[in-house]
Order: sequence, then C-alpha cells, then structure tokens
Amino acid sequence: MAVHKVLGTETEYGITIRPVADFNPALASAQVVNSYPGERVRVQWSYEEESPGRDARGFGHEGYGVAEADGAMVNAVLANGARLYVDHAHPEYSGPECYDPLEAALYDKAGERIVHRAATGAASLMPPDRRLFLYKNNSDGKGNSYGAHENYLLARESPFGDVIRYGTTFFVTRQLFTGAGKVGSENGRPEADFQLTQRADFFEEEVGLETTLKRPIINTRDEPHGDPSRYRRLHVIIGDANLSEVQLFLKLGVTALFLAALEDGALPDPLDLADPVDACWRVSHDLSFRRPLALDGGGTATALELQWRYFEWLEKYLESEMADDQVMRRVVRTWEQVLTDLEADPERLSDTLDWAAKRRLLEGFIARDGLRWDDPKLAAADLQYHDVDPARSLYQKLVDRRHMQVLFDEAQIAKAEVEPPERTRAYFRGRCVSRFADALVAANWDSLVFDTGASHLKRVPMMEPLRGDRARVGELVETAADAEALIEALGGS
Amino acid sequence: MAEREQEKPRSRDAGEEEAEAPTAAARETEADQKLDDLLDEIDQVLEENSEEFVKNYVQKGGE
Repeated sequence: MAVHKVLGTETEYGITIRPVADFNPALASAQVVNSYPGERVRVQWSYEEESPGRDARGFGHEGYGVAEADGAMVNAVLANGARLYVDHAHPEYSGPECYDPLEAALYDKAGERIVHRAATGAASLMPPDRRLFLYKNNSDGKGNSYGAHENYLLARESPFGDVIRYGTTFFVTRQLFTGAGKVGSENGRPEADFQLTQRADFFEEEVGLETTLKRPIINTRDEPHGDPSRYRRLHVIIGDANLSEVQLFLKLGVTALFLAALEDGALPDPLDLADPVDACWRVSHDLSFRRPLALDGGGTATALELQWRYFEWLEKYLESEMADDQVMRRVVRTWEQVLTDLEADPERLSDTLDWAAKRRLLEGFIARDGLRWDDPKLAAADLQYHDVDPARSLYQKLVDRRHMQVLFDEAQIAKAEVEPPERTRAYFRGRCVSRFADALVAANWDSLVFDTGASHLKRVPMMEPLRGDRARVGELVETAADAEALIEALGGS
Repeated sequence: MAEREQEKPRSRDAGEEEAEAPTAAARETEADQKLDDLLDEIDQVLEENSEEFVKNYVQKGGE
C-alpha cells in the first residue's frame, strides 16, 4: 500500500556579483543567507543524523558527509519550516515537507520571495558599484549545472529496484513538461539552438549516488529523514527549477501520483527504453515532439506517446484508489490538457510552461530584430528570465502582462513565507522557530534540539513526517509558555 | 487549499475570443501586437552589453 506522498523541493540558486569577475560565491551565498530579514533561527544542522552516502541499493560509500559539513557555514531554519543555507557555492532553499503538490508548489514559490528578500538585504551591505544577482535556474551555459531537487516519501518496503525499473522512462519523458528551456547545449551534447530543459545535457548514468558529476537519472541516496524502518525518500535530481506555478504543480503532482501507483503495483509495464541516457538529451532537444525513441523490447515510441501511456494508467489508478482526492484530480486534468496541447500545438503552452514561454519570447526577438539563435542577447534574456528580482525577471514581466497563468496570489505566497504547512511535521518546526527561537539550538528534518537552560540539551525527534501537524500539536505549541513547558507537555524530560 | 485556489481559466483572453469571435487574421494581429508590446517592455529591463553579461556568469560547485 502506497504511503501518503509527503513531498517538497530544494533549489540551489545561481549567484553572481557584477562587475566583479572573481567574487567568492561561498562568501556571497553566506551573506545572502545571513541577510534574510524574516523570522529565522541560525542553528547547527545536525549532520550526524544525515547520511548522503547511504545507497538505496544497500551499500554505503565512505567519505561522504564530511565535505558537506565543511561547506555548510551557514544554516537557518525559517518560520515556514524551510531550511535556508549555503550548499557549497550556492544559497539553497529547501522547502518544508508539504501535504500535497499544490502546497509544495506554493512553498517553492515562497522560496523565491525569501531568497529575493535575503538578496536585497545582502546587496544593501555591498559597495554601491557592485550588483548582486540571483537566478532560479540550473545552468550557467558553460557546462556547470546546479540542482533543483524534488523529494517524495516512499514506503520502506517498496523495492528500490522497482523505482529504477519503472521510474527511469517516466523521468526521462516527463521532461516534456518539467523543462525550463535553455538556449544552446552543453556537456558535449550535440548542438541545439534551444532545448526544453536546463539539465538534460548533464545526465550521464542511469542509476547512481552522485549528484555533482556523472549525474544519474535515478539517484539512489537513501536518507529517509524519517523512521528508516518505515520510509524511504526518493531524491529526484532530474528536473529543472521552475518559475511557472502551473508547471511546478504539474511536475510535483504527476510524479507523486506516479510513485503512488508504482508502490501499489498499478503500472502494467516498465516501458523500458533501449538507452535511457541517450534518450534523456534527445527528448530535451526534440522540439518537434515527434522523434521516436528506441524501446528495449524492440520498436519505438515518442516521449509524448509514452507519457500518454502513463496518463491512461494513472487516470485509472486515480479513479480506483483516490477518486475523492480533488488536488490529484486537478493534477490529472492539467496533465491531460498539457499532453493534448503538446500533440496539437505546443505554442498553446506558452502561458503554461517555462520552456514554451521562454521560447515564444526569444522567437519574438529573433523575428523582430532579425537575430540568430547564437546572438548573446538571447542567452542574456534566457538568463534574465530566471532573475529572482521581480524588477528584472522576464518571467515576472510575463506574469504582469498576463501572458502566464498563475495559481497563487501575492497574499498566499506572502503567508507561505512566514507560516508553515499545517498538515506535516513542518508545522511543529516552523512554529517552534516563531515561538521558541531563543531555545532552539540545532535542527534537522527529523528532530529539533532545545536548550532550555537545564543541564543537558533536549532533543525532540520527529520521525513521522505526518505527525507534528497542527491537528496533533497545534494547541500545545501555541499555548506552551516556553520551550521547557513545551517539552514537558510533549512528555520529554 | 484546493478550495482557496479555484482553477483559473485556461487562457485569460478566452472570454474575449468567444464573445467576439474575430477572424483568425485579426486574432493573430492582436497577439502579435501584444507580443511586440511585451518585447518593447522587456527591452527596458534587459541588461545592456549582453555579451559581457553572459560571459561573466560562471557557476562552480553545487548539489
């Protein structure tokens, strides 16, 4: 039986200071994180609980985990339950655990607002001739990529081999609607004027533990951030950072539904590709949506045809297993419309998907100014589409001019910046940041550590992602006089 | 949450199109005009010296 798909996103933001060519990105990222003006607590992130070197296939890797601790100079836990920190050379926003894909999309958008406010604070401390830029994208166009990852809760008993077997083709073909669009190609892939995704060129393996080199389609990091006897966390690294709200919702929703169906054994066929790594960039480079991919059992299918197969299976699964889930029903309706448009007229998606919106803009410049695809103006516009500053962001221009569909209004995003989701343990974490900041000394996804002034620190474990929600602990968290009273009421000593 | 966020119409201009049903050519001209206006606005915010702007954007490390 599938476990409820608790989910969330983590985004590394591109960062630069102009006109300084040799700025220190780790330092600049730390300044950004430290300049966030909203409610937050700087904490020790409890590394001993994390194990990025543990492999879901059952073996461990020595040497992992050490370098990560060195790079993380700055860590903050926010009032909305998120983590804002420096990951190597980027500011990273890891959104809180969310109950459904609509909520996860909202908290991803709240992350843009948080990073922009932090950047504004950092910029105000810089000399006036320096300008700080942050981008929610995944590539510098010169062969360097940084991640936008998704996380989904899985049952521990779900064999990871099934995730690999059934998930690979799904993740390769979902790029049709997960891509943020990119001018050109990288990493030795064939030349392209424009492609659907920022990341496809960088995937070189089918399965593996890496995230920074030889990136795999299925990442095997086995770090459940919860009770390891009950849960897995699928760490999805093959995706782009999205600005489009519809696209975020669609990407997260379809993937959550796919994983639930996979866990329930509702997928009749793995639809194996003959060469998934090759197919990965081919799907991204194919703006005709008609090129066939070779299947392992012989024959061919297009990425779109394969997505329609998943659609048929998952629509059936929805009707039989989660017919009352209104959010998932909306996911499926949106998915059907996007696949239909891809088939009939992909230009229709220019108000829905980042790659399509970006392509329409760039083709507009090409037509109006007589440019070629290699004109630097197009690469500059590609980059600026992702700027987190609403005054510079081309995505934001599209929204303001009503060229882009949105799901959330300003008030909802502003609320998600300061209040946690209510139906997961992020509620407990976020509210503790707001109410007991002075006592909070360390945090992790599955625990909080308090210093109440007693002889030893008090650790509150949160091994169940759906507990620590408002229904269970709301009254307690909101009424406890201080952290000591909270811990006493929780039954700790 | 699902209740708060009612689904938006697929296109914000869908209503106009149905009401008026202009010819395909007229629709196209209108869409072109909207895009041209947008491009003009974007010209105002696009960084000058695109080449330098793009060249200096280099990211190392991550994930």
